[in-house]
Amino acid sequence: MKTNSWRPIVVIIVLLTAVVYLMPTLQMAINKLQDPTLWPKKKINLGLDLQGGMHLVLEVDTDKAVENTVSRSFEELRSFVRKNNVRLKGLRQTSTTTILITLREDADAAAAKGLIADEYRDYTVEDATSNGDPAIRMVFKPAEIDRVKKLAAEKALMKIRNRVDEYGAREPDIRPQGEKRIVVQLPGVIDAEKARKEIGRTGNLEFKLVDEIGDVREALNGKVPPGSKLYYYRKDDPEMAGRPILLKKETLLTGEYLSEARVNFDPQSGQPEVGIKFNSKGSRIFADVTEKNINKRLAIVLDGEVYSAPTIQSKIVGSGRITGNYTDESAKSLALILREAFPTPVKILYEKTVGPSLGEDSIRKGIVSMLIGGALVVLFMLVYYKGSGVIANVALMVNIVLIAGGLAAFSATLTLPGIAGIILTIGMAVDANVLIFERIKEELRLGKTALAAVDSGYERASLTILDANVTTLIAALVLFQFGSGPVKGFAVTLSLGVLSSLFTALILSRSIFEYFLVKRKVRRVSI
Amino acid sequence: MQIIKPDVNINFVGRRKIAYGLSLVMILSSIISLVAHGGPKYGIDFSGGAEVLAQLDQPVPIEAIKSALDAIGLEGSSVQAYGEGKGDNYRILVSSKYTDSADLSTRIKESIAANAGAEVIDSSFSFEMVGPQVGRDLREKALMAMFFALLFITVYISGRFELKWLISAVMALALAFAVYALNLLELSIPALMAAALVVTLILFYVLNLKYAMGAIVALVHDVTITVGLFSIFGKEFTLPIIAALLTIIGYSLNDTIIVFDRIRENLRKHHRKPLQTIINKSVNETLNRTILTSMTTLMVVIILFFMGGGIIHDFAFALIVGVLVGTYSSIFVASPILLAWQRRSG
Repeated sequence: MKTNSWRPIVVIIVLLTAVVYLMPTLQMAINKLQDPTLWPKKKINLGLDLQGGMHLVLEVDTDKAVENTVSRSFEELRSFVRKNNVRLKGLRQTSTTTILITLREDADAAAAKGLIADEYRDYTVEDATSNGDPAIRMVFKPAEIDRVKKLAAEKALMKIRNRVDEYGAREPDIRPQGEKRIVVQLPGVIDAEKARKEIGRTGNLEFKLVDEIGDVREALNGKVPPGSKLYYYRKDDPEMAGRPILLKKETLLTGEYLSEARVNFDPQSGQPEVGIKFNSKGSRIFADVTEKNINKRLAIVLDGEVYSAPTIQSKIVGSGRITGNYTDESAKSLALILREAFPTPVKILYEKTVGPSLGEDSIRKGIVSMLIGGALVVLFMLVYYKGSGVIANVALMVNIVLIAGGLAAFSATLTLPGIAGIILTIGMAVDANVLIFERIKEELRLGKTALAAVDSGYERASLTILDANVTTLIAALVLFQFGSGPVKGFAVTLSLGVLSSLFTALILSRSIFEYFLVKRKVRRVSI
Repeated sequence: MQIIKPDVNINFVGRRKIAYGLSLVMILSSIISLVAHGGPKYGIDFSGGAEVLAQLDQPVPIEAIKSALDAIGLEGSSVQAYGEGKGDNYRILVSSKYTDSADLSTRIKESIAANAGAEVIDSSFSFEMVGPQVGRDLREKALMAMFFALLFITVYISGRFELKWLISAVMALALAFAVYALNLLELSIPALMAAALVVTLILFYVLNLKYAMGAIVALVHDVTITVGLFSIFGKEFTLPIIAALLTIIGYSLNDTIIVFDRIRENLRKHHRKPLQTIINKSVNETLNRTILTSMTTLMVVIILFFMGGGIIHDFAFALIVGVLVGTYSSIFVASPILLAWQRRSG
């Protein structure tokens, strides 16, 4: 038999590479570092299920963004037609994306249409009739719908990034998924409640009038007056916490018109309060609203919770104050939220929070299972295959080093099912060696010499081993493609396990056999 | 050392009727249990809902936790003691009806503190909430994964064993097309899977792909029985269980392929002998390896089952069942199908 001198060289190169990749992770684990300083600075990441942390999948309500945009145009249109003296009978929003303008018979339809089409370029403007009257229909263009949706998703992503940065999470991973989902991963020890609040809070700010006539008690019993809706005060309000209040359904102003929000202190009492300023359009609307509703109460509603409902003292132009029983902290957080107020709500679709000690427990149990399972297999192989068993066991150890090295090289994430995958690999990795050894035994029984038996044992078993492992690899790759999170981690370790057990069985253990049979001239195989 | 004597010759194929009977009983009980339970019991990753794993600073009766949940309107939640600790670990399942609430985990923690008289230990608290949309997405993805794994594997087997790469590729395309067409009919996903399976088996039959047929029947056999046992023991289907099922598919195939490989080799060597003798000879020759590998794999998964902790428990259970059934099926199911095929066509 000719000796293949390439095999030992390949083995040494592969093993060294794996060890080099593994060193930074070991350094990190031993010195309890956050990041490795050793070259190549790649490490095995721990999944959220092992180190604790938070995983969120959020959905941006992009339809709502479109709806808001059209409603805003609708509001603007009202003053636009008035300003341009269009003689109209009625103005109606017929669906979330269409507006119908009914004209008087004597109106110059063509001129009005031209005027509107010129001002509202985001809309398709067409002639229509409404109950026999001439009318103009405005439809929000599909391209614009897409643009608004995309913009809303991008904005939400950006704002969540800012908030998470401000919140100071370690190594946060925030990325878009599909058209309107956002995946947020915050590893390590975190205050889940606070993080969820910061991220999930949509900052949807609305100003609504208080329904002074309706009876709150009756509303609580289900008799809500038409045009009104029951709301509750925010839970952390020191005086009004959780109390119900009846508000008009109509939203007079949204956070989108806000240009500034900051914490001020009342010069007389020293109480913190939030000062707000509107942009030019917003301040026009706000002036109009306050002028018409003097002595009525205007509620400030954030994400469906009432923050305060001050009485309008006079017409307010340009800026206003939100006062209430705020502490420095709560005023600051309200200002922050107002500044970043999204017009687009964000909903939590998926959440997973894992406490750090739960993860530690999982790692400990995983390692204990791995050690005991591994020890049993090693012992079994020794008893059953004696000398050759030692070779199989060396292959098994190398296997684990290779899997770990591979995980580090790809900066893969180790999850709990991933650990299970490694443990499973320990059981299955000996399979290739068992196949070869059984073949060698068969060949020995046919009366072949040790060298010839080993040689043909490998030749014959190799193809079978390849065939058998390719199918497991297929299953693992499909899992990787379709799986998410922990399952992906399992697929990675399983694939690495299959590849490394192919390598150790077909190349490593064979070169060990060859070393003993050819170089050391051993005449008998202990098998 | 030797578990099985080298010259052993157990007449496995001759006893295949007994095996068929046994398999039939197992498959029927699986199906009956699945029907009786109204399908598999989905975990929250598929059905939506929330799961809380909580360790309290002192053990309290389960009823106390239940009433704490009722107090915040989470009626119909299930609570069970969990893990091997001092009985202060609880697993709470909340129905998908309540997943709209953003601060669910905080409310649960607070209510347990207020109404059950024990504090939740934060560092070992785990909370998972799956909205209904995500559940549906995951369910579809999982089934797609199972389907594609089966598809690719059959293409590989037909190609490798019968050198019919072209036919198998055409078949894969036909199947993918059939599934796409069925998908347009908006069938439910389990119905879709069943339909795809029937189409697959018909295609194998028509195209005379006997090795692929044997392998796939064995796989379906293994997966059905594992799923059935899960249903009988009232265990939940979660994403990791799907991963376990796919691993079982890989493992069972591994076993089957090794036997098939030997059959092919022996067919070349002794082409005069009847197929029954050759199949028997091949199964016996590989028996030692089959048992050894199953033993080492079983050893580690049993250790994982007992020592891996509660989260990985069901995953290890699926693997134990899968390894046992997979080993059985490669001996008693996959190979006899080759024989049954031969009789029919020859």
